[in-house]
Amino acid sequence: MTSSVITGIGVVAPNGLGTEEYWGAALAGTSGIGPVGRFDASGYPARLSGEVPGFAAEEHLPSRLLPQTDHMTRLALVAADWALRDAGVDGETFPALDMGVVTAASAGGFEFGQRELERLWGQGNEYVSAYQSFAWFYAVNTGQISIRNGMKGPSGVLVNDQAGGLDAIAQARRQLRRGSKLIITGGVDGSICPWGWIGHIASGQLSTSEDPATAYLPFDSRAAGHVTGEGGAILIMEDAAAARARGASHVYGEIAGYAATFDPRAGRGREPGLRRAIEIALADAGAAAGDVDVVFADAAGLPEPDRAEAAAIAAVFGPGSVPVTAPKTMTGRLHAGGAAVDVATALLAIRDGIVPPTVNVRPAPDYPIELVTGGPLRLPVRVAVVIARGLGGFNSVLVVRAPGEATDNANEIKGAIHAA
Amino acid sequence: MPHKTIELTDLCRVLRESAGVGAGIDLDGEILDVTFEDLGYDSIAMLETGARLSREYGVAIEDDAFSEATTPRKLLDLIGAA
Repeated sequence: MTSSVITGIGVVAPNGLGTEEYWGAALAGTSGIGPVGRFDASGYPARLSGEVPGFAAEEHLPSRLLPQTDHMTRLALVAADWALRDAGVDGETFPALDMGVVTAASAGGFEFGQRELERLWGQGNEYVSAYQSFAWFYAVNTGQISIRNGMKGPSGVLVNDQAGGLDAIAQARRQLRRGSKLIITGGVDGSICPWGWIGHIASGQLSTSEDPATAYLPFDSRAAGHVTGEGGAILIMEDAAAARARGASHVYGEIAGYAATFDPRAGRGREPGLRRAIEIALADAGAAAGDVDVVFADAAGLPEPDRAEAAAIAAVFGPGSVPVTAPKTMTGRLHAGGAAVDVATALLAIRDGIVPPTVNVRPAPDYPIELVTGGPLRLPVRVAVVIARGLGGFNSVLVVRAPGEATDNANEIKGAIHAA
Repeated sequence: MPHKTIELTDLCRVLRESAGVGAGIDLDGEILDVTFEDLGYDSIAMLETGARLSREYGVAIEDDAFSEATTPRKLLDLIGAA
C-alpha cells in the first residue's frame, strides 16, 4: 500500500504566527492565552481565549479575498500558503484533479455570519453580503483553499469537534490511497465572537477563571475546564512515491496509523472507546506500544475525561511508561484546528528530537501517566501518538512516524493482524 | 426615487468595496469595455456589487438585465436608462 507523508506545514497558533514562531514558543513554554480581544467579553462568564497574535490579513492575501472571508478562513488560507511554500509545491505541481483539499471544521465563519445576521435584522435583507452564502459555512476553508490553489481533486470537510482534525487527516490519507497525489489537510478554526461564545459556554466545559496561568490545567487536581482559542495547522500530504519522484526536499514523517471509536452511552458502566482507538491505530501503523516515544494528549481539562484519558493511555502503554504532553495548554483548545497543531507539533518533535512541555500543570498523583512538565524533553522521536476527542463521545487517534522508519517488524505485525 | 448619477469612478469604488481587486488588475486603467469576468469578478462578486449599487444609489436593476451587463460601459448604460 502507498505511504502517506507530510512534506509541508503551516501553523497559525495563539502562541505563534508561522511554524517556526509557534515551535519556538512551544519549546520555550510560552503561552498565547489571555483576555478575549476580538470582542467585549466582559459580560460573559468566560473571559479568556487564545488568539493568533499580529495577524494582518491584508499583508498576506489579495484584496479580492477580504470581503468574502471570515477571520478564521483568512488564517487558513495563509497557513495553506505557508505549508505549500514549505513543501515546495503549488497548483501546477501535479494535474489539478490529482490534488485535493480535506480540512476539519467545527463552526464555520461565525464572526462573519453574526455580522450579516445583525445586518439582516438591523437594516434589512438588502444589506446582507452576497458572500454570506458561503463565508459562514463549514466547508468554506476547504473551498477557498481549493479555489486559491487550483486544486480540483477529491475534497471535503470533516465536522467532529476536536477529533475532526485527525479524521480529516485520515480522510486525506484515504484519498491518496485511492490515487490522488497530494491533499492539503489539517484544520484552522475559531469562533471568538458573541455568537460562537455562547455555543462554547453552553458546552459547560469552558473555564471561568480570569488567570491565564491557571485557567486550563488538564491532569491537575485544580482542573476546571478549558480555554478556547483560534488557529490551527495546514499540512501538505503526499503519496510518498509521488513526493520522491518530484524531488521533495523534505519529508517530516509518515501518517502511519489511524482509528476512530465512539463512546458507549454514559452511565452504562462500559469502558470508554479511547483505549480501543489507540490500540487499533497502533495496529494500523504496524507499531507495538513499546515503539511509541511520546503521546500528545487530548487534555480535556476536566476531572472525568482527564481520568478516562489517563486510564486509556496507562492501559495501552503501562502506567507512567511513555512521556505524555499537552502543548495545547499554551494555546487553549482550538477545536477543529487543535489536533492538526498537535500533529504538526509531533512532526516537529520528530525533526528536532525534542518534545514541548505541558505548561502550568502540577500533575495530580492519581493519574497514572508521566506528563512532560517544567520544560521541553530532549528525546529522539520515531513514533508519536496524537489523541483527539470530540464533544459527544468521539475518539480519534493518529500515529505519526519518522520518515523511513517503517520496519520489517511493522510488516510482520500487520501480517499477523490481517491473518487473525 | 430619483437617483444620483453614477460615474465609472463610483462603480470602481463600489467594486473595490464589494469584492476587492484581483492581482494584476488596474481599475484605474482603460476598463470600460473589459468584461467583469476579465476583471476578476465572478457572479457572486457582481451580485454583491449590484446590491450595493441599489442600496447606495437607489437604482432598481432587474436581475436578467443586470446579468447581461457584462462590462462597466454596459452596466453604466443600464443604470443610466433605469
